[in-house]
Amino acid sequence: MSTVFTFRIDGKDVAGTEGQTVMEVAEENGIDIPGLCHLEGIHDRGACRLCMVEIGGSPKLVAACMTRITEGMEVVAHSERLLEYRQAITEMLFVERNHVCAVCVANNHCELQQMAADLGVTHFDLPRINPKVDIDASHRLFAIDHNRCILCLRCVRVCDEIEGAHTWDVMHRGLETRVQTDMGIPWGESSTCTSCGKCVQVCPTGALFEKGRAVASGSKHERPFLPWLKTVQEERGL
Amino acid sequence: MSREIVIDPVTRIEGHSKITIQLDDRGEVVDAHFHVTQFRGFERITQGRPVHEMPAIMARICGICPVSHLIASAKAVDDILAVEPPPTGKDLRRVINLGQIVQSNALSFFHLSAPDLLFGFDADPAKRNVIAMARENPALAKDGIALRKWGQQIIEWIGGKRIHPTGIVPGGMAEPLTAEVRDRILGGVPDAIAAVERAIAWYKTDMMRWEEEAATFGNFRTAFMGLVDRHGNVDHYDGWLRVIDADGKFLADKVDPHNFNDYIGEAVEPWSYLKSTYWKAMGYPDGIYRVGPLARVNIADRMGTPRADEELEKFRWRVGRVAGSSFHYHYARLIDTLHSIEKIEEILRGPDILSKHVRSRAEVNRLEGIGVSEAPRGTLMHHYKVDENGIVQWANLVIATGHNNMAMNRAVLQVARHHIKGDRLEEPMLNRVEAVIRCYDPCLSCSTHALGEMALRIQLLGPDGTVLSDLAR
Repeated sequence: MSTVFTFRIDGKDVAGTEGQTVMEVAEENGIDIPGLCHLEGIHDRGACRLCMVEIGGSPKLVAACMTRITEGMEVVAHSERLLEYRQAITEMLFVERNHVCAVCVANNHCELQQMAADLGVTHFDLPRINPKVDIDASHRLFAIDHNRCILCLRCVRVCDEIEGAHTWDVMHRGLETRVQTDMGIPWGESSTCTSCGKCVQVCPTGALFEKGRAVASGSKHERPFLPWLKTVQEERGL
Repeated sequence: MSREIVIDPVTRIEGHSKITIQLDDRGEVVDAHFHVTQFRGFERITQGRPVHEMPAIMARICGICPVSHLIASAKAVDDILAVEPPPTGKDLRRVINLGQIVQSNALSFFHLSAPDLLFGFDADPAKRNVIAMARENPALAKDGIALRKWGQQIIEWIGGKRIHPTGIVPGGMAEPLTAEVRDRILGGVPDAIAAVERAIAWYKTDMMRWEEEAATFGNFRTAFMGLVDRHGNVDHYDGWLRVIDADGKFLADKVDPHNFNDYIGEAVEPWSYLKSTYWKAMGYPDGIYRVGPLARVNIADRMGTPRADEELEKFRWRVGRVAGSSFHYHYARLIDTLHSIEKIEEILRGPDILSKHVRSRAEVNRLEGIGVSEAPRGTLMHHYKVDENGIVQWANLVIATGHNNMAMNRAVLQVARHHIKGDRLEEPMLNRVEAVIRCYDPCLSCSTHALGEMALRIQLLGPDGTVLSDLAR
């Protein structure tokens, strides 16, 4: 039998079993810790850093999705300092690539946009990088617009862990980092992609989308848990 | 000594521009230019975008007429997908496009031009505006506001938003119409018709005052172009291009809009960001033609709806079969508006208007597509090329205001010649030069693919560029 730990998040007494993360226990207790890379059902990666929390006694911030719970820990999930960090992180996600909500397929259905709204990010102080970034529309059903990718790597994980195809992976480093299909070949030429559409469904922004979707029509399924991953193929009767 | 008069910027139009008038040694006007001084660059920034985004991006060209660009763009993408929207999808596009025509025509006539007509061109500029108009003739101002509101509501209810609606998509419409929305729109029809008919009645009794004005107000012989349906009626959404000369003779008829490049050329002048289109057969700059409400009433056999046809007959009785004076744009705009309202009602009373089948779907089937429709200011053309993955490689937009560019320049020249006596800068001249531009209701934001508050400035320049006289307000 696994050990039960009791601890506190933002002063609230909570309990979880050994091995759970702070994020999971917070979710179970209705405490909202922001995050864009975390998705229930696939392994956490700690990519977006929005879930950074303070653990009592340590000056260092840790990612709630990557931190296992311990007995008696004091977690601060919401504070002025954390809000400022989260706003800055969100802003950096925006300025790193080219996000134009008004003409994005995911407008009003976008987790990044919602995050900015929730955190009160009303403008950018940082200069935009405006990189020249490609679109790969070679796949028959889907396309990826790297302009809108925040490198949460949900697509990489869902493709590997749920579909078992491992079509998606990551290439290059730093600002040049890109998700890629089959060792960097065009998506349409990928021999491993099963065209299941899971990557599209989990993408928090409009980076991955179904071709033919008009602007602001890229609504995705509700995601209470993974069974929503009814594939696009099934939906379309392919 | 030759001199140059500069009106910078021009007010109560959509966009940034200035006018220069060149005087010779004797103070006679030798030339005039309408300069469009803003640049947008949509043809470049859309390169590399997925073609399905095009309607939404192109809608951003303009906050006044986003629907016009949405329609032309969606039609161009339909062409690339090689699909026809389902009949109801097309009908809904027609209705929202007509809603756009109503609201934009109302803006142009009531808000921008009526103050000149109500108070006269020589009235104090501080008085010639829509606010003063609301004091002087509240019923007229209210009608204008109500018409614009109704048109905007149609756009909102069918398209989802008043400005930059998302409901118009490649292949048709995003959502079918509900009975509730249909009935709400229909409920507003009688008031809308009454409002525009009151405006027409007012205009007709008042316009006698302007007969001398109209004779020199951009009154010249040009060709006219617009879309007509298979019966020769005005068609704002589809149909064929028809071009007539100043006598009403067909220069071309039943031209498939997809072939517009065979007939229309685009010239670039160093003094303006706005391209000048010309009728290829007549060459540049002789191939001058006009588009917009005046062109629509001139080229069509009939409007195609009873009340508008009745007014059209009266219009032709008053000003002739082919109206040449730019002044008559106002009158034509009102008839165009009346027709649009009637047409909206006709379409919405159709038996299949509530059909759920409003969108066709397809992959990219052609690498090139053209979409042509009638925007409030005239014929609008979007032309795209894509790669096999549907990524835009090239785009060209031929905008109503571009078609009218040469005519506007000529109109400015005519008005300046008539009203400039000697080298004195006089307010009435300035007002008329601006007002003649306003007849065309130019949208410079659209046609150069910016926004802002403008003051009016006119400068008299010596040949060496020194400012001899400066008038500002």
